[in-house]
Amino acid sequence: MSSAILEVRGLKKHFPARQGLFGRPTWVKAVDGVDFAIHVGETLGLIGESGCGKTTTSKLILKQETPTAGMVAFEGRDIAGFEGKDLKAYRRAVQVVFQDPFSSLSPRMRVQDIIAEPLEIHTNLARAAILERVGEVLGLVGLAPDVAPLFPHEFSGGQRQRIAIARALATKTRLIVLDEPVSALDVSVRAQIITQLEHLQRALGVSYLFIGHDLATVAHISHRIAVMYLGRIVETADSDALCARPLHPYTKALFAAALPSHPDDPPGERTIGGEVPSALSVPSGCRFHPRCPAAMPVCVEVEPRLTPRDGRGEVACHLY
Amino acid sequence: MAPRLPQRSARPGAAGARLGTLLEVSDLQTHFVTFGGQRVVKAVDHVSFRLREGETLGLVGESGSGKTTTCLSIVGLLPRAARIVGGSVVFEGEELTRMTQRQLRRIRGRRIAVILQDPMASLNPLFTIFRQVAEPAFFHQQLRGGALRARVQHLLRAVRIPSPEWRMRDYPHQMSGGMRQRIVGAIALAGGPRLVIADEPTTNLDVTIQAQYLDLLKDIQRETGVALIFVTHNLGIVAKMCDRVAVMYAGRIVEQAPVRELFDTPRHPYTRALLGSMPKLGCKDPLYSIAGQPPNLADLPPGCPFHPRCPEALPRCASEEPRDVHRKGSVARCWLLDDVVSDS
Repeated sequence: MSSAILEVRGLKKHFPARQGLFGRPTWVKAVDGVDFAIHVGETLGLIGESGCGKTTTSKLILKQETPTAGMVAFEGRDIAGFEGKDLKAYRRAVQVVFQDPFSSLSPRMRVQDIIAEPLEIHTNLARAAILERVGEVLGLVGLAPDVAPLFPHEFSGGQRQRIAIARALATKTRLIVLDEPVSALDVSVRAQIITQLEHLQRALGVSYLFIGHDLATVAHISHRIAVMYLGRIVETADSDALCARPLHPYTKALFAAALPSHPDDPPGERTIGGEVPSALSVPSGCRFHPRCPAAMPVCVEVEPRLTPRDGRGEVACHLY
Repeated sequence: MAPRLPQRSARPGAAGARLGTLLEVSDLQTHFVTFGGQRVVKAVDHVSFRLREGETLGLVGESGSGKTTTCLSIVGLLPRAARIVGGSVVFEGEELTRMTQRQLRRIRGRRIAVILQDPMASLNPLFTIFRQVAEPAFFHQQLRGGALRARVQHLLRAVRIPSPEWRMRDYPHQMSGGMRQRIVGAIALAGGPRLVIADEPTTNLDVTIQAQYLDLLKDIQRETGVALIFVTHNLGIVAKMCDRVAVMYAGRIVEQAPVRELFDTPRHPYTRALLGSMPKLGCKDPLYSIAGQPPNLADLPPGCPFHPRCPEALPRCASEEPRDVHRKGSVARCWLLDDVVSDS
């Protein structure tokens, strides 16, 4: 397990909030004690519903937010201390692809300039060498190098997402944070992008943090999956093990809510009721207990810890 | 147990008598005319389907395939630039395409209801939930006062809104996304419709909330025998919800079949490709990716619009448009099938 490229330990991010004009200041506990590791060449899937802190976690990893507590370590070094040269090296090694390729690419820049920008910042290559690299990464993502002088509006959603991936790859990136990269795409194009990402990983050995809410997609691309609920990881496991036998009641609920792939698939157990509570007022004990079909008295009192579970991963639940 | 919802017709054994045709769309053509008539975009191109009482039809396709325009054509809510240029829409024996907006208003909200994708955009932020849910009953059933309040509470309870007597005084922004979509559902049910058209109603919802909402729609359908047209790009939703499926591509229905048949023996290459590109839980086989991009309706290729992306395209696909090939309750539009039929 020493080959972790990125390690997150006890990570917390609380945002100040005030309820009403004269209300007492409170905290939105967006991320509240998260631990996981991503290994070299691996895809970790981070799955959860909106408001569970997936995106805040990714922002903390990208050093766009400073954690309230805990740390993110890249190749064994805490990124909180990165400044100047170190920070630049970190930004070169860790890149991001966002959900919506219509808003993440500047409409006023040509594709070659979009992809060249990180190269201009992070390398001292000459213009000709930069353009050569642009053509190279465009080829990697399956676009012809001669599209480089075009503008983003001349491309479809799937092609734009390829451009975003090319930009993320340009600086010989080690880890890419993929924040719902296929949610905004047409169904017939999603498979193209997923397949391309898998292919790139095999070819370049890059690691991914794949954030998503669609279980089938995340399970398909990920080696391991971390399930997040209300700012905490409730279960991590190998993708296959998780699909074969989910342990945490919330993971089970996600599987029950997953859509069938055939009309004859047995309908999942009746799905859980209720909605994700606000991160302003996190329930006592286990955060999931108000919605949990298997809740016990102890769940209201004591927050379960993420504990290893016979070599298949970890689960935070009093049942185990 | 949820309260029973009103049933409009007192048909004996609503679940058993599912044979009558409720809606028949034949050869519908809706065109968008742009640049002063210089360019015509055939958003809906010779679309035909039939919906029986209490049946659920899935209308599947990618963005720009004409799903939404088909639905808007049915209820007469097309934008200005769009015209129905041919075909007919017969609902409960009445031709809708020749009706005036005034006549259509008596059908929309009462006999046909529409649920749109974004609940925040279909609710008015300035009015209370009560006022918005009450509107159809106020206009169509002339309910007032206590009767109207009771009706609204009944509807909210039917869509599982907790303590409706309080929540109906709230404004949309005080509700979560899932609740808002259920409110929109309550408004749709208010007039006791025979047909609900749901246009991607769960796209903005989380998975567990989506599952709750789909279960709710199914329960309501069982209770009231309402027919559903479910517009979606998600084949998982189709597998869960629908009896029949129509797959749309570039404004046409390329394949239409009962749901099991479509999943077991898809006949059109596009349907096969869509099914192959869908990730399945517990299965790590590589996904089938469809080459190329969805077509631009303003600039369609000649012949079959799918041929540039089709792995099985024949020479004639590039020049001649295929025609419908019928077989035992299913229809597909592809030259491959045409040959099979003429060979046998």
